Amino acid sequence: MDEAAASQDNGSDGIIRMIDVNKWFGEFHVLKNINLNVGAGERIVICGPSGSGKSTVIRCINRLEEHQRGRIIVDGVELTNDLKHIEQIRREVGMCFQHFNLFPHLTVLDNLCLAPQYVRKVPRAEAEETAMMYLERVQIPEQADKFPGQLSGGQQQRVAIARSLCMSPKIMLFDEPTSALDPEMIKEVLDTMIELAETGMTMLVVTHEMGFAKTVANRVIFMDGGEVIEVNEPNEFFDNPQHDRTQLFLSQILAH
Amino acid sequence: MADQPTSGGGSQPSKPPPWNDPAVRSIVFQVLALVVLGWFFWTILNNTLANMERRGISTGFAFLDRAAGFGILMSLIPYDESNSYGRTFVVGLLNTVLVAFLGIILATVLGFVLGVARLSNNWVIAKLATVYVEVVRNIPLLLQIFFWYIAVLQALPGIRQSITVGDAFYLNNRGFFFPKPIFGDGFGLVWIALIVAVAAIVCLRKWARQRLDRTGQLFPVIYVSIGLIIGLPLLAFLAMGAPLSFEFAELQRFRLAGGASVIPELMALLWALTMYTAAFIAEIVRAGILAVSHGQTEASRALGLKNSQTLQLVVIPQAMRVIIPPLTSQYLNLTKNSSLATAIGYPDLVAVFMGTTLNQTGQAVEIVAMTMAVYLTISLLISLVMNIYNRRMALVER
Ligand SMILES: Nc1ncnc2c1ncn2[C@@H]1O[C@H](COP(=O)(O)OP(=O)(O)OP(=O)(O)O)[C@@H](O)[C@H]1O
Ligand SMILES: [Mg+2]
Repeated sequence: MDEAAASQDNGSDGIIRMIDVNKWFGEFHVLKNINLNVGAGERIVICGPSGSGKSTVIRCINRLEEHQRGRIIVDGVELTNDLKHIEQIRREVGMCFQHFNLFPHLTVLDNLCLAPQYVRKVPRAEAEETAMMYLERVQIPEQADKFPGQLSGGQQQRVAIARSLCMSPKIMLFDEPTSALDPEMIKEVLDTMIELAETGMTMLVVTHEMGFAKTVANRVIFMDGGEVIEVNEPNEFFDNPQHDRTQLFLSQILAH
Repeated sequence: MADQPTSGGGSQPSKPPPWNDPAVRSIVFQVLALVVLGWFFWTILNNTLANMERRGISTGFAFLDRAAGFGILMSLIPYDESNSYGRTFVVGLLNTVLVAFLGIILATVLGFVLGVARLSNNWVIAKLATVYVEVVRNIPLLLQIFFWYIAVLQALPGIRQSITVGDAFYLNNRGFFFPKPIFGDGFGLVWIALIVAVAAIVCLRKWARQRLDRTGQLFPVIYVSIGLIIGLPLLAFLAMGAPLSFEFAELQRFRLAGGASVIPELMALLWALTMYTAAFIAEIVRAGILAVSHGQTEASRALGLKNSQTLQLVVIPQAMRVIIPPLTSQYLNLTKNSSLATAIGYPDLVAVFMGTTLNQTGQAVEIVAMTMAVYLTISLLISLVMNIYNRRMALVER
């Protein structure tokens, strides 16, 4: 809100900066004073119990949800009600959803070309070339002419990742990208994400996949009740959790 | 079926007895149903023919050539009392087609506007649309037709006290009167220009699509199209020296002479059918849009597409799949409901042909059959067109 808060924030050159962000759903206080500073190329994993506000945090970053207090600055642009800013930020931020949300009436190739053509005004031939390049990167170029309904869940999620990448985003947000998948498909999606991390992409991932967090994340954030409870480097976070609630949560997800 | 080539011979499952074989069963039931149905219609037909013979009415379609001897309130083709019964059929048919055609177009436009309005973020607009839908679709259609005809249109002032705009347009309890356009020599070129403009727009859209693919540039198709469709005919019109004049309706002692007019029966029927059907179409459109999951909108926005692009490229193409089948049945309903015309005396097919013509000739079998055939044909045509459209939408999907 005020300049003091902004300047107190260490490393104010982060590509994503959330400063004292608060959000309410009606009377319900979902996000309480969230402060987050993500550097370019950083990979952050967010975990926490159901309903703790993990999805809401990352959905605020591309304005799928509106915050009511505090500031969010993405790649130097502040999120306000200004539609220009929102559009500008959405162009730089890609997002993958739990349920993929591919467009069922378009082929895989058209799913990938839609935004580059209509938002970035790229010629079709060029958009197709880029699309095929990313489909190869997620290892399903042969599915280009199929419709999403004809693919397996894992393939759909990889298409969704490729679709976001076609807009050449600087930041990728993932909201539980593997939790709607059967166990044998989880690995193929995680492998794709690990590869993406290796290219130096800035990533915010909501997930409970601890293996992934350990391999990829620079930091793990634990949320509960709309607050950030603990932030730590992954090995430290899993082996030596500081907070009671973190310990409880970890014992629960390790239990099965 | 039984003599399929088999390699193992012994592994062939034994054939069930015929009364347990689903294929045999289904054939038996279908034949039974057909026999019962055939017997039913045969009895009715026999009965009616016997009745007609007793009353001395000859069967056959010869009556269509006899002079009708009655007048009809409104006709799209020249008609007078000396014309044949056959012509009364055509007059009634055209009047039915007119009201159904206009009704479908108007109800579709109004229905889509209302359906989208119900989903509007604007509280007042959404509530107004909701109230409209809830009120209009819960009142019987016949009552609404009477309301517009008796309570509104009949309550208008008489001819001498007409509501008039510039002595060109008159509204009174005899209908709505307006100047009749008289097309002079050379006006044909304007129609040709209009056709050329439509053709040009079709080509333009194709070209713009290709250009988008090639260069990524959007072309303002809509504005150029509007310019073409107005500009070209206007140019032709001026080039031919404006060959158009109007015949104004003239207020005489007891009537308005000349000009063109719409009778109040048509206005009331069309208005009631439009409003009633639009309420149902609004619900269908709303349901169609709601059926597209919110995740689709979110994914589209997250990719950076504007709200209008999201609606046009993502939501509407998916909603149409859900909308078209029930929309078709609303079109069929509207067409069939137009036969309520009889109640206020709009001369549609049922009022003219199954009403007056049937009363005068007594040719019940032929007339009922012809009338039913007409409704069946119109319904099948509507279904056919909508199915083709639906197939095209579906083909894009899968
Ligand atoms: N649109 C909404 N309206 C009202 N309440 C909402 C809305 N969306 C989320 N909530 C509530 O806000 C809280 C946080 O939701 P959020 O989806 O961010 O949780 P989450 O941590 O992602 O949970 P999960 O692991 O189940 O996905 C929940 O209690 C949820 O019920
Ligand atoms: Mg969530």
